[in-house]
Amino acid sequence: MTVTALRGGRAVRGRHDAAARPLRPRSSYVLFLLPGFAAFLVVVVVPFLMNTGVSLTDWQGVGTPAWAGLANYRELLDDSEFWASFRHSLFMVVAMAVVPTALGLVLAAALFDFVAKHFGARTAALLRACFYLPQVLPIAVAGIVWSWILAPDDGTLNDLLRAVGLGSWQQDWLGDPDIALYSVMGVMVWVQLGFPLVVFMAGLQRADPELYEAAELDGAGWWRRFRHITLPQIRPEISVVLLWCTIAALKVFGAVYVLTKGGPGGATDVPSYFSFTTFFEKTQVGYGAAISTVLTAIVLVLALVGLWFQTRAEDAEEGGRA
Amino acid sequence: MTALRRYPVLAALVLGALFMVVPFAVVALNAVKSPAEYAAHGPLSLPHGLYLDGVEDFWRRVDFGRKLLNSVLISGSVAIGAAVLSVLNAYAIGIGRIRGRAWVLAFFVLANTLPQEALVYPLYYLSKQAGLYDTRLSVIIVFTVIQAAFGTYLLSSVLGRFPREIIEAARIDGANRWQVLWRIVVPVSRPTIGVLLVFFFIWTWNEFLLPLVMLISNDNQTVSVALGVLQGQRLMDATMTNAAALLGVLPAVVFFLVFQRTLTRGIAAGAVK
Repeated sequence: MTVTALRGGRAVRGRHDAAARPLRPRSSYVLFLLPGFAAFLVVVVVPFLMNTGVSLTDWQGVGTPAWAGLANYRELLDDSEFWASFRHSLFMVVAMAVVPTALGLVLAAALFDFVAKHFGARTAALLRACFYLPQVLPIAVAGIVWSWILAPDDGTLNDLLRAVGLGSWQQDWLGDPDIALYSVMGVMVWVQLGFPLVVFMAGLQRADPELYEAAELDGAGWWRRFRHITLPQIRPEISVVLLWCTIAALKVFGAVYVLTKGGPGGATDVPSYFSFTTFFEKTQVGYGAAISTVLTAIVLVLALVGLWFQTRAEDAEEGGRA
Repeated sequence: MTALRRYPVLAALVLGALFMVVPFAVVALNAVKSPAEYAAHGPLSLPHGLYLDGVEDFWRRVDFGRKLLNSVLISGSVAIGAAVLSVLNAYAIGIGRIRGRAWVLAFFVLANTLPQEALVYPLYYLSKQAGLYDTRLSVIIVFTVIQAAFGTYLLSSVLGRFPREIIEAARIDGANRWQVLWRIVVPVSRPTIGVLLVFFFIWTWNEFLLPLVMLISNDNQTVSVALGVLQGQRLMDATMTNAAALLGVLPAVVFFLVFQRTLTRGIAAGAVK
């Protein structure tokens, strides 16, 4: 997206230069950017640079930080807690990006191409609303609801299992180190699913209904219509959603804080929670800053790769059209 | 397609939708049970009557009215502030087409993806230095800027397609840049700005990490932080948990019902580019 804009910018500038317009009017628009720029400097840029700087020091939050060079980062490499937290991040990417995108695709296609057609758009909209509901819920509240449902003794899930005669399936869902991570993953799928679904359904509005009718007349079944019409149609949405959800998964904090506090025994610890406890409970500020800097680097690389792919896709599309 | 094949698919979808909504129903069901009833019949039984003491008791104990007020004040201020900031930025980028705007836009996009974990300690430290620690103002300032990053990104692409003839015409009539912005660009872009206001409000309402760190005292906490901290302390019994969850869910459901159309439209507008 950015690169296309850049190229567009050059083209426009070229035309302006050719017409020999004075520069002054355009540059005065910069004034409108000043408040935003100043605010970003204070709230984002300076704190970010401070954090990166602190990651190179040994600091407890009081007194003068002592220069430590890359010592914090060397320590990270040997810290099994750190590696575990990033391994859990990969599980979160599965639960918050991969599974919701795949499920969301199937659900969006089913609601759009099947329910809306045979049972009316209102039914489809109602079902979509149900799937989207968890998305507007504060994560703290979702955490309260689920940690009660998944509670070991009087939790609803265990009670339900007992009631239907599956008592042997009862678990300490959030307290057993072997299961807790999967329980958190399940909750995150529930939280996240509505987002891809709504985006994909919006994307499908652009699809030409005649395309589907023609395919149906030709005898293409639901699966073939899905593969050859639906998927290509919303490819841009799929990549945006995957990228956006992956970044959200890497940053997940609230759910872990409320559901498990990273426990039991670090079984559900994630980088953002790990840096939070290092900052505010262990007050090893330098070390915490190093953890968050690594996380930031990964997120920024992902975002840049995503932007690059998006531009390339747009370029290819434009090339195809020309 | 025959009805025989139609209904199983619908049934599966309805079942899935029910699974999404059931937790809300279970919470509502148990929030109106007395502790004795809960202990006797467990979470799955239907309540015998409406027992609202649990909810009332919880409301008083955490001073929930105050938390609601804080959340509304913070989210409302952020929504308005971030919308104004986004409009100013996007005016320069989308309509002013300033030099190097692609880089400026990339800067905002990257700022938007930055993990808050990388900002939280310096912000905590700086707000202490500035005497703003544990004030609602500190959270308002920080989120106004963070939300404006997304707003700038979305609005810039919308304003980039703004019909230039309208602006030219106003300029010929003698309007200056400032007047063009507030009398023409803003009124015409009202739908998009409305969507942004809704997004900013809900996102700020749901924020957790930064308010958790910045708002220590009970009097300043938001709904999210208060409930999250209570849950973290593991002091609540089942009835109280459900009262808390119900009170937390209700505002979200209200937003959802009021803004459902706006939300869906907004996501559609933001997703494509």
